[in-house]
Amino acid sequence: MSLLEVQDLDVRHGLLQAVRGVSLRLEQGETHALVGANGAGKSTLLRTIAGAHRPASGQVRFDGREVTHVPAHRRVSLGIGLVPEGRHLFLSLSVEENLRVAARPGYWTVEKVLEAFPLLAARRHSRAVNLSGGERQATAIGRTLMTNPKLLLLDEVSLGLAPVTVEDLYRSLRQVIGQGTTVLLVEQDLGRAMAVAQRVSCMLEGRIVLEGRSDELTREQVTEAYFGLGRLAAEAASTGGVE
Amino acid sequence: MLVARGLNKRFGALRVLEDVTIEIPVSAAVGIVGPNGAGKTTLLDILAGATRPDSGAVTFAGREVTRLRAAARCRLGVGRTHQIPRPFTGMTVFENALVAAAMGGRRRAGPSRQSALDALERTQMLSLANRRADTLGLLDRKRLELARALATDPSLLLLDEIAGGLTEPETDQLVGQIRELHSAGLTIVWIEHVVHALLRVAERLICLSGGAIIADGDPQSVMTDPVVMDAYLGSAA
Repeated sequence: MSLLEVQDLDVRHGLLQAVRGVSLRLEQGETHALVGANGAGKSTLLRTIAGAHRPASGQVRFDGREVTHVPAHRRVSLGIGLVPEGRHLFLSLSVEENLRVAARPGYWTVEKVLEAFPLLAARRHSRAVNLSGGERQATAIGRTLMTNPKLLLLDEVSLGLAPVTVEDLYRSLRQVIGQGTTVLLVEQDLGRAMAVAQRVSCMLEGRIVLEGRSDELTREQVTEAYFGLGRLAAEAASTGGVE
Repeated sequence: MLVARGLNKRFGALRVLEDVTIEIPVSAAVGIVGPNGAGKTTLLDILAGATRPDSGAVTFAGREVTRLRAAARCRLGVGRTHQIPRPFTGMTVFENALVAAAMGGRRRAGPSRQSALDALERTQMLSLANRRADTLGLLDRKRLELARALATDPSLLLLDEIAGGLTEPETDQLVGQIRELHSAGLTIVWIEHVVHALLRVAERLICLSGGAIIADGDPQSVMTDPVVMDAYLGSAA
């Protein structure tokens, strides 16, 4: 049985349909990356799995039960943890306090998080408002880990961070993955996504247009799906040439 | 038709455009692509007159317009659509187009009605002319956005992300209309994330990344340029 099973999901933001008929499965212990251009629907999909958005139709099953209509805070106790884009820390609280507010019993404790994210150890008592971007992101990931999720949803880990910081964060994330946590992550850097994840899905305009094992997909295949160039080629073929 | 030279723009510490120079010949169809945060919309805002550059100059139809506001440029023939259509929701489709023709048009008050009707016809919105704009779906809102720009009788049309959020058949319809406008002689500069839609119209592609032009040329070679791919997807190495 898959840990996460998303079926025929449609999600709207007002007039805009952000996710169109998406189906996705994640097995226990798997790391899966979502790639795709701006506006492709990646964040909306993640947020819908976490319960932050209601889908217009479709199903989300987690750990053997249907959770489509379960509110976000109850999904946390079931084991779904989202690290939202933009981090959303409690800025007036310290790093440690940010971690403690989310604590649920399990492997991840404040000490374990600080061990896995060395860049936080020295900042333990600093208020979040004084942290750098990378430290904030590490705190946000740590806070979600404190809920001891079975499924960790990571939105745009590297956005706006210096390459060396991104490198640090991914080193820490590999430890998290090593603990057996199932991870679904959104990442702009294709090389990084394919290196960290066993499976990759590419979204285009609300749909998953390519899905496969990262060791079997080529960069060219993903690029073509990312920009929808296959569709263009098919059209050119059917009209007898590129205009 | 349009020349922008040495454009620089900062927002606080953030450098959004760095020494950008582009020339758009009459009747061209130019696409502008680039990853999130590349500076595309800022560039379009500067071309339209909605934002002023810190330095650099914009010339339109032989006239220096750098210090001219958007409304004045519109009356010179620069039409523009916005990423998020914001029609006058309490007015009908026709009234929306009429406001554009009367306030932004190059013609005088008399033929505004005709300009509005022509614009609705070219965007296939005539049958919806008496509908209130707030009852329109996304595609029709985008078509109304296009109609409003056309009602000002532009010679240059600046399009900002007009295909985003549409279904495939809807995108096809809109692409068809933009192609017709281009065949009819309109100069088009189009910023778009939906690259495959853009490639069906653009004869030339410019890629912005980090506020600078990293590629400029025929669409196929720009979209296969390793520098462009790396800008979107991270370095291949």
